[in-house]
Amino acid sequence: MMPREFLPYFLAMVLLVIGLYAVMGKKNLVKIIIGVIVMEYAINLFLVLVGYRGTGDAPIVTKELNQNPEALKAFLANAVDPLPQALILTSIVIGLATLVLMIAIAIRIYEKYGTFDVSKIRKLRG
Amino acid sequence: MRGMSLIVKTVTRLVAEFITIFAVYIVLFGHLTPGGGFTGGVILACSFVLLTLAFGKDFSLHILSKRAAGIWDSVGALAFLIVALIGYKAGAFFLNLWAKPATFTLKSAGIIPIANIAIGVKVAAALFGGFIALAVFRRHGPGGYEEDE
Amino acid sequence: MSQAASLPLLVAIPLGTAFILPVFHRMKRSAAVADFISATAAGALLIITISLLGVDRQVYWAGNWNPARLIGIALYADGLSKLLLLIINLVSLAVVLFSIQYMARYTSRILYFSLFMLMIAGMNGVVITGDMFNLFVFLEIASIASYALVAFGCESEELEASFKYLILGSIASTFVLFGIGILYNQTGFLNMAQLSEHFQVAGMSRAAIMAACFFIVGFGLKGAMVPFHAWLPDAHPSAPAPISAMLSGVLIKALGIYALARLFLNVFPVSNAFAVVLMLLGAVSMLIGVLMAVGQWDFKRLLAYHSISQMGYVVLALGIGLGVVSRGGSDIVAGLALFGALFHLFNHSAFKSLLFLSSGSIEYATGTRQLKEMGGLRKRMPVTGVCCRIASFSIAGIPPFNGFFSKLVIIIAAFQAGHPWLAALAVLVAFLTLVSFLKVQTYALDGELPERYRNVKEVPAAMGLGMAILAVVCVAAGILFLRSPLAGMIMEPARDALLKTSDYARLVLGG
Repeated sequence: MMPREFLPYFLAMVLLVIGLYAVMGKKNLVKIIIGVIVMEYAINLFLVLVGYRGTGDAPIVTKELNQNPEALKAFLANAVDPLPQALILTSIVIGLATLVLMIAIAIRIYEKYGTFDVSKIRKLRG
Repeated sequence: MRGMSLIVKTVTRLVAEFITIFAVYIVLFGHLTPGGGFTGGVILACSFVLLTLAFGKDFSLHILSKRAAGIWDSVGALAFLIVALIGYKAGAFFLNLWAKPATFTLKSAGIIPIANIAIGVKVAAALFGGFIALAVFRRHGPGGYEEDE
Repeated sequence: MSQAASLPLLVAIPLGTAFILPVFHRMKRSAAVADFISATAAGALLIITISLLGVDRQVYWAGNWNPARLIGIALYADGLSKLLLLIINLVSLAVVLFSIQYMARYTSRILYFSLFMLMIAGMNGVVITGDMFNLFVFLEIASIASYALVAFGCESEELEASFKYLILGSIASTFVLFGIGILYNQTGFLNMAQLSEHFQVAGMSRAAIMAACFFIVGFGLKGAMVPFHAWLPDAHPSAPAPISAMLSGVLIKALGIYALARLFLNVFPVSNAFAVVLMLLGAVSMLIGVLMAVGQWDFKRLLAYHSISQMGYVVLALGIGLGVVSRGGSDIVAGLALFGALFHLFNHSAFKSLLFLSSGSIEYATGTRQLKEMGGLRKRMPVTGVCCRIASFSIAGIPPFNGFFSKLVIIIAAFQAGHPWLAALAVLVAFLTLVSFLKVQTYALDGELPERYRNVKEVPAAMGLGMAILAVVCVAAGILFLRSPLAGMIMEPARDALLKTSDYARLVLGG
């Protein structure tokens, strides 16, 4: 297996596992929230690495380029892939919305239970 | 939430307008440079948050009250939906209607700048409203709801 | 406007409603405005859905970026999508009618309906989209709206259940996004039809198999399969009753089961390994769900565990069908298994939502959810009593209600596909379900009426109407879907969409 090819997977997996450890192993609500955010950022990092080209141009196609097929092909092979950038922006926004909701619920849990400790927030059983 | 010291207030008074103009620049040129509606909206919300931190919550709530933030939120989202539906009437959802005069200018991408403005307004209002709801109106411990002084 | 042009309206109408409603927050009579607008929107969605039924497949490319440019977001409504659209919009209308009176006891009906419409927009978007990342975006819209709705009452139990659901749901969405990123890295396409074509030609690489496993975990958690079910027994009981009905009746199907069916039968090439995994997940969910449900005394917690069990039935039948197709077996047996899965999906929406709504009525009238405290309620609450009885008979599989027919089809299909042990397991689980619901009926409806409930009244008219709609569906669906033109119009295109697995790409890209 070529190391160059699976470097994105490896880096994303390392961050994912770190985030997963925080979610499963920590007892404080805020640390669990941080773990979920680390996991989401791991995926964003992975999407950045998917679209990475070493010496790329900006992916804007001008009118002269559009009328010249060979130059267009050469340009497309060298330009940075714009699609993962759109995916990452959307994913960051979704992560932000989830984070705001998580913090709002965590604040209310503190008011109701008086603690941030997960092992004491256990009214539902069975 | 009271304000902060005199140094912070002076610097904020100098800098806050530049931050707002920078945010508007990023929103408007979203189709040419990196940025666009979401990032510009975040910067705009940050300028309001800076005002809140430096001058206290009464100052910024006087500029943009909680109810106004909610209404601008809905207006931005509805504007985005209307932009999408205009294209719908003319052929397809999100059709890029207008002629594109020249590339790399401000008017070169059809309806995309308008969508960027709508998203910028919505994100700024939503983030500022969220900040106000979470950080300013706080309860002290279990029970008893009161505003933070 | 062509027929396909009404597809984006299914998402645009609930989104528009959700954005307009908060403007009326804190005005006078805001609750009445909210009720009217939401009920109208839900009715309009149902009318659009019914107008789409029976017409051939529609493809709609957003922004007119058609396949000639190779990048576009396609909205595609084939038989499977239309069946799920019917389920979503029908149950939503009934639940909106029910919530008008029930949510009078909570804080703000405007905000509740706004979140509710966002959830409907997300679910409608999930079932009609043909693009993987668009699926993820709509999945997240529906999920975040449901996290907020579970915590709506802001009591301590609801907050704890919502937090658990939130964390587990976010992890599931993260896994789904990771799978989508892997697929894009391997193939360079995001459109489901182009992915399907690519996999038919090039086969599945090892990374694509890893992506498929991530999808099983992510969507399995959204669809409450064992061992990913841990959020459901806390989240569904703690939510307000109409939200429990939506979550259990529609959300876990549209987000979890539909995505699994679409991915493993249409996008990825059929393989026996995944069929075995699906069958195993389904069988384990069935058994564990019903075993944990038998010992429960909280009505809504019992219903939540039964949701896990019945979803196990559907996934088991999907796995059996996939297995038969992948081994090149008879089309009739595979078609029977898939038909059973889809039929049970429809029936479960109807009767599980009705059960949750009737538990909501009982809670509205008496204030309790514990079975040991209830008794003899059918004398004082006739409408609720009849609806609860119909739904209990349906889920227990008693003829002539609809649950009997769908379970019978699944058991016959399991037998004919060469899995007699699975058929025996299905019969055992059906028997245990029957036992459990006999207990429910004995304690809740029959028996002696306790002192403090002598004066309970029947529920208001809107709640009764919502329950009645679903009860009629329960009674009629059994006969209608087996032997009438409705079967040909709704069920058979749905089954064919799944059965003819490689047609998906050809139909979308061809026109």
